Amino acid sequence: MSALAALLRRDIRVALRVGGGALIGMLFFLTVVVLMPFALGPDLALLRRLGPAILWLGAMLASLLTLDRLFLADSEDGSLDLLVMSRTPLELTCATKAVAHWLTAGVPLIVITPALGLLLNLDLLATAAVALTLIAGTPALTFTGMIGAALAVTLHRGGLLLAVIVVPLSIPVLIFGVAASTAAITGPLSFGTPFSILCALSLASFVIGPFAAAACLRQRMD
Amino acid sequence: MRGGREVFCGLDFAVSAGTALAVTGRNGAGKTSLLRLIAGLLPAADGKVVLHGGEGELTLAEQAHYLGHRDALKPALTVMENLLFFRDFPGGTMSDPETALNAVGLNAIAHLPAAYLSAGQRRRLSIARLLVLRRPLWLLDEPTAALDAAGQTAFAGLMAHHLAEGGLIVAATHGPLGIPATTLHIGPAIEAVP
Repeated sequence: MSALAALLRRDIRVALRVGGGALIGMLFFLTVVVLMPFALGPDLALLRRLGPAILWLGAMLASLLTLDRLFLADSEDGSLDLLVMSRTPLELTCATKAVAHWLTAGVPLIVITPALGLLLNLDLLATAAVALTLIAGTPALTFTGMIGAALAVTLHRGGLLLAVIVVPLSIPVLIFGVAASTAAITGPLSFGTPFSILCALSLASFVIGPFAAAACLRQRMD
Repeated sequence: MRGGREVFCGLDFAVSAGTALAVTGRNGAGKTSLLRLIAGLLPAADGKVVLHGGEGELTLAEQAHYLGHRDALKPALTVMENLLFFRDFPGGTMSDPETALNAVGLNAIAHLPAAYLSAGQRRRLSIARLLVLRRPLWLLDEPTAALDAAGQTAFAGLMAHHLAEGGLIVAATHGPLGIPATTLHIGPAIEAVP
């Protein structure tokens, strides 16, 4: 356990210090959401209707933005060799890195969501609903994105490829995330159904993501 | 095999406890490939590497240190934070990080971010990684590159100490290691320059 704690501590520190990914994702999210009302115009009803979709899209792109460095940075500076030669199973290592990424790239997005909800004319309940769906859904984005991040290491300069591979895997999360938020705000569907599916997607990605990523990293050895 | 090309074949060698093997050969002969193959970072097309008398349940890679060209340092972390990660994550018998930093002469800058280190200091920090975590097999890829003369002498002393404790060293090198070692030459014999 202390090995995983050491990895978690290192990844969080690297992300939070100068040049780390945590701030970049948050600034990107902020930019997208702040610009949207200017692009759409001062139609409050329209903003309110599109709000959840804008927040979700911003969160998804922001987490994709920092995801491609998840394994690539370690591969470039040689620490991936160290991770592979460790006595900790590679699957657990991958899962820990994903948790660290979520804590530094996913959680800050959720934290600033209430402030951004104001800009999109969302009331307290609607903002809470979006934040709740983000809490349930962003781990799925990280854990499925991790597979693409591991593939990007295998294929050198695979940054663009990451988007092509990861985006289709993230589409279900986006659909059910937005559906659950919209259901909570306008109805008529119940909030529970899409939200349960969203949680299921997250849980499934916890299982599949680390194993798939570890398998990709083992294939890297050529 | 690297990129579909056969790098070397028919290599057969043994290193016994307390001895060192120096791997030599011209650039591109496959010295690094051999070390990475031993470390389990490259698949072998044929043949295998066996460690006798190690801890039976661990793979060879889990009992080896690999010191490559890339030094696995995170520039944003301090020297000490980098070293503590090297100690806590890979698994093995840990020892005191202060002592290791003293041994490589970096104790005065333990609080400095690794981004500010020179090439030689980065190399010294990598060497400290070998000391904070005890693993029997050291795989060293041109370990003395970027080290100054004093550093090379000090490192030879550390290697000799590791061998005296029954450790193994396989080092790819162009220059002398500073310790007694048998030599394995990869590739065709060096052609005499006319």
